[in-house]
Amino acid sequence: MAATKRITADVVVIGAGIVGTAIARELSKYELSVVLVEKEADVAFGTTKANTALVHAGYDADPGTLKAKLNVAGNALYPKITQELGVLYKNTGSLVVALDEDQMLHIHELKIRGEKNGVPRLEVIPAERLLELEPHVNPDAVGALWAPTGGITCPWELAIAYTENAVLNGARVLLSSPVIGIDVHEGRVTTVHCPNISIDARFVVNAAGVWADDIERMAGRDDFEVTPRRGEYYLFDKRASRIVARPLFPVPTPFSKGIVVAPTVDGNLLAGPNSVLTGRKDDYATTAPGLAEVLEGARKLIPDLPVREAITNFAGLRAVAEPGGDFIIGVSPGLSNFINAAGIQSPGLTAAPAIAEMVRDILSDVGLELMEKPDFDPIRKRPLRFTELTREEQARMVAEDPKWGHIICRCETVTEAEIVAALHSPVPCTTVDGVKFRTRAGAGRCQGGFCGPRVVAIIARELGIPVEKVTKKGGKSRIVMGPSKEPLLECSCSVEGMEKEVGDDV
Amino acid sequence: MSRIECDVAVIGAGPAGLAAAERAKQSGAGRVILLDRDRELGGILNQCIHNGFGLQLLAQELTGPEYAEHFINKTFDSGVETMLNTMVLDVTRDRQIIAINSDEGLMRIDAEAIILAMGARERNRGAVTIPGTRPAGVFTAGAAQRFINMEGYMPGRRVVILGSGDIGLIMARRMTWEGAKVEAVLEILPFPSGLTRNIVQCLDDQGIPLYLSHTVISVKGEERVEGVTVARVDENLKPVPGSEWDIECDTLLLSIGLIPENELSREAGVELDAVTGGPVVTDEMETSVPGIFACGNVVHIHDLVDNVTREAWAAGEGAARLVTGKQPRGATIRTRAGDGIRYVVPHVVHVQNLADRDVRLFMRATHPAENVRVEVVVGDNVLFSKFERVVRPAEMLALTIPAGKISEQAIADAGRRGEEGSKNGPELVVRVTPRDVHKRGGVQA
Ligand SMILES: Cc1cc2nc3c(=O)[nH]c(=O)nc-3n(C[C@H](O)[C@H](O)[C@H](O)COP(=O)(O)OP(=O)(O)OC[C@H]3O[C@@H](n4cnc5c(N)ncnc54)[C@H](O)[C@@H]3O)c2cc1C
Ligand SMILES: Cc1cc2nc3c(=O)[nH]c(=O)nc-3n(C[C@H](O)[C@H](O)[C@H](O)COP(=O)(O)OP(=O)(O)OC[C@H]3O[C@@H](n4cnc5c(N)ncnc54)[C@H](O)[C@@H]3O)c2cc1C
Repeated sequence: MAATKRITADVVVIGAGIVGTAIARELSKYELSVVLVEKEADVAFGTTKANTALVHAGYDADPGTLKAKLNVAGNALYPKITQELGVLYKNTGSLVVALDEDQMLHIHELKIRGEKNGVPRLEVIPAERLLELEPHVNPDAVGALWAPTGGITCPWELAIAYTENAVLNGARVLLSSPVIGIDVHEGRVTTVHCPNISIDARFVVNAAGVWADDIERMAGRDDFEVTPRRGEYYLFDKRASRIVARPLFPVPTPFSKGIVVAPTVDGNLLAGPNSVLTGRKDDYATTAPGLAEVLEGARKLIPDLPVREAITNFAGLRAVAEPGGDFIIGVSPGLSNFINAAGIQSPGLTAAPAIAEMVRDILSDVGLELMEKPDFDPIRKRPLRFTELTREEQARMVAEDPKWGHIICRCETVTEAEIVAALHSPVPCTTVDGVKFRTRAGAGRCQGGFCGPRVVAIIARELGIPVEKVTKKGGKSRIVMGPSKEPLLECSCSVEGMEKEVGDDV
Repeated sequence: MSRIECDVAVIGAGPAGLAAAERAKQSGAGRVILLDRDRELGGILNQCIHNGFGLQLLAQELTGPEYAEHFINKTFDSGVETMLNTMVLDVTRDRQIIAINSDEGLMRIDAEAIILAMGARERNRGAVTIPGTRPAGVFTAGAAQRFINMEGYMPGRRVVILGSGDIGLIMARRMTWEGAKVEAVLEILPFPSGLTRNIVQCLDDQGIPLYLSHTVISVKGEERVEGVTVARVDENLKPVPGSEWDIECDTLLLSIGLIPENELSREAGVELDAVTGGPVVTDEMETSVPGIFACGNVVHIHDLVDNVTREAWAAGEGAARLVTGKQPRGATIRTRAGDGIRYVVPHVVHVQNLADRDVRLFMRATHPAENVRVEVVVGDNVLFSKFERVVRPAEMLALTIPAGKISEQAIADAGRRGEEGSKNGPELVVRVTPRDVHKRGGVQA
C-alpha cells in the first residue's frame, strides 16, 4: 500500500457540491490554504447534478428560517456571481399556478409570506395574463403568483466554475478522496483522513450533502440526522422547450414545492420532482410509479406535455435534516473548529452564494483570520462553446486549430477541441459524465449513442490510459470490458496520437 | 468562409446518399457533391460486418462493407465529388448548406438541388422510459456494434438485449461469437420486430431465448449494470404484476428502433410525416420544400438495403430532372394507408409518372397476416394488386406499379365514382385484404 501523504491546511471543506465549492471559492479570496475534498471522481456528482436548477425567488420557506433568509440573499447574488464565473443564468421570473379558487387563496398566502421574506415585486396575476405569458398552461388555471426575481441556471456548471476559480486563486481540490476518518483532540478537529492522504486542518467545513450526518459522526458528534428524500425527473428534447418560457409551479404542499415544469438554460424542458422518502443515501434509481407521478403532476400544469420527446430520466436526493428541517449552518456543538453546512435541501442551489458568505463569517467568528488576497481574480472565463460562437468566430477557430472543425457530438454540436479543453481544464475531468457536464457532449437527444465511443477514445488518448480504464463516472463504472477477439476493421474514431499534456495534480 | 456552388449536394454518404449522388450524376446533373461527417463512405453499412446485404439487387449475399464498396466504386467512376469528415450544420429553404471540416473550415454550399440522406439514429433508454439506476453498461445496440466491430472492444460479458430489432439480433450473435453470454432477448410486442432470417440465425442457432411480450422494468447497479428486472406485459403493453424476475448481467443493449435523423430537415422547414418520422415526399422523392429531396432511412426506416438503393435512385433521378428542367408537371394524387397498412411512401404521385414509368410504393403492414392481397385502390376500384403469402410489420413491402398500369383516365373515373377520400380529391389508397375476398375488377399482378 502506498504510504499516506500528509499535508496541512487552514480550512478543509468536505464535499464538492454547490455548497462546498461556493465556500471554497469564497475562502480563496483570502490568504488561506484551502483544500476541497470530494469522494467522487468529479465535482457536482452528488445532489448538485440532479435537481430542478431553479434560482428560487424565496416566497416558499417559512419566514425567519435560514432557508428563507439565505434564499432571498442568494437569489440577489446570482446575476453578479454567474457573470463573474461565466455561467449561464436567466432571470426568467417564475409562476405559481392556481387551478381553482381554493388554490388562489394559497397564492395570496404565498405572496404575503414572500413579502415577509423580503422577496421583491411579487404580484398576483389573473388567468388572462397568465395565458398570455404561458399559452400552453392548463386552461383551467384561475390565476398565478408572478415572481419576477425567479430564474434558471446550470448547477453543475456553477459548481465547476466555483471550483475552477478557487483553484485559480490557490485552493486545492482532491477528487476521488472520500473522507474516512476525522481525528478530534480536546474538542477540536485536528486531522481529516482520506485513503491516500491525511490533512492536518485548523478548521473543517462539513458540506457533505446527504452524508453530512455521517461526517459529523466521524468527528464524534451526532447532532442531526439526514433523511434522503428522492425526487425524480423527465428531461425533454430541446424541441419541447418552446412549451414554457419560465418555471411553472403548482401550489406547494408541506413536503415540497411540487412537480414543476421548467425550461433549462441549455434549452431543454424539465418536469419533476416528486418527493419520496428513501432509506438509502445512494439511491438514485427512478421508479415506474415515481415517473408516472411526475407525468401526472406535470400534466396538471401543461396538459399537452410532449411525452414522446422525453430523452432521459434521473433522480436526485434532498438532504432533509432533523430536527428542524431547516438548513443547519454553524459551529458543531462541542467542536469549536468544525462548521456544519448541512441539511441543505431546496433552495440550496439558490442559497449557496449566501451560504458561502455566512460560513466565511462564522469561520471568522471562531478565529480564522481573513486577510484579503491582493491578487484575487474573481473572473473565471466561460469555456468557448462552438454553438455559442458566430459563424465568423467558428471559422476563425477552425483555422487556428483543426479540432474545432471536428464535431464529436452531433446532437449538441460539440467539437473535439472543446472536449480536449475540458480534459485539460483547471479542474480536469477524467470521466465520460465529466466530459458531458463540461461540454454537453452526450447530453442531447441521442444521449451519447453516437458520440459515446468517440468520447471514450478521446479521453483515453488525452489522459494516456487504456480504453478499458475509461469510466462513466469513476469507480467501477468502466465502459468497456477489454478487447474483442477480432477487431475486424480499423478503428475509425480513434483520433491521431497527440502529445499528452499532463494536467495539474488535483 | 469558403463558397461552393453545385447542381446537386447530397448530405450523408450511406447507401442512400451514394446511390442518389451517382444516379443524379448519371442522369445529367453537372457538379454533384456528396458530404459525410464520418471518415469513410458507406454510412451504417461499415459497422454491419455480417452477411445479408444485396440479395435482391445484386443477387449475392454480401457484408455491409462489401455492399458499400460496390456503390462507392460506382460513385467514384461517375465523377461525383466527395467530402468526408464534413458535418453539415445547417440547410435553408433556399438550398444553402453550411458545413464544416477540419481542413477547409466552415463553408457555404449553394446547390440547385439538395438530397437529404442523413439516415437514422437509434432510440435510447429515455425514449421508452426504463426506470432504475443509471450505471455504465447500457448501450444502444449500434453503439455496442461500433465498439466491437470498429474499435475492437467488448462492451460487456453478460448481456440482456431489449428489443428484437435487426441490430439487436445481429449483436446477440456477434457478442456470443465474441465469447459473451447473451442471457435473453426481450420483445414487448407479441411478435418479433426483426427479420425472420435474423431470428433463426442469430437467436435460435445460438440457443438464445427470445421472450415475446416481455420488457425490462428496471435497471440495477450503481456503477456498472448488475442486473435487470424483466416482466411479462399484457395486451396494453403494461407489466403484469407478479410476473417479474431478475436476470443478472453486466450489460443491457437496446435495440428498440431507429428514428429518422431529421434535425436538418426541420431547420429547412421540410414537412414531416408523424408516422414515419421522415419528410413527406413525392414519387420524385422531393420534399415539401421545392428542390430538397430525401431518401433512405431519413425518409422511413428500411430493413433491406436494396430498397434503400432503389429509393435513392428515384431521388437521384428526381434531382437530376429538376436541374435539367425535366420535372414532371400536371396533376398529382396523394397516397394513403388503408386497412392493415401503417404508412405509404411516397405520399404524393405524379399522374404523368404513372403513365410514363414504373412507380414504386413502399409500405409497412400494421400487423402480421398470411395469404393476403395488397391492393391499390382509388375510390372503390382496385387498380392494381399483388398477392403476398405473409406480411409482417418488420418487413417493408414494396409495390411496383408498371408504367401505364394506372392511367389518368382510370383515376379520373374512379375518383368520380368513389366516395372514399373525396374531400381531398381522389387518393391512391393501399390496403391489405384477405385473398379470398371477391375482387372488384382489379388487375392482378
Ligand atoms: C429533487 C431536488 C430538486 C431541487 N431543486 C432545487 C432548485 O430548483 N433550486 C434550488 O435552489 N435548490 C434545489 N434543490 C436543492 C439543491 O439541489 C441542493 O440544496 C444542493 O445541490 C445541495 O448541495 P450540497 O453541496 O449541499 O450537496 P451535494 O451536491 O450532494 O454535495 C455534497 C458532496 O459531498 C460529497 N461527500 C459525501 N460524503 C463524502 C465523504 N465522506 N468524503 C468526501 N466527500 C463526500 C458528495 O459526494 C457530494 O459531492 C433541489 C434538490 C433536490 C434533491
Ligand atoms: C445494424 C444494422 C443491420 C442491418 N442489416 C441489414 C441486412 O442484413 N441487410 C440489409 O439489406 N439491410 C440491413 N440493414 C438496413 C440498411 O443497411 C440501412 O437501412 C441503410 O444502411 C440505411 O441507409 P442510409 O443511407 O439511409 O443511412 P446511413 O447508412 O445511416 O447513412 C447516413 C449517413 O449520413 C451521414 N450524416 C448524417 N447526418 C449528417 C450531417 N449532418 N452531415 C454530414 N453527414 C451526415 C452519416 O454519417 C451516415 O454516413 C441494417 C441496418 C443496420 C443499422
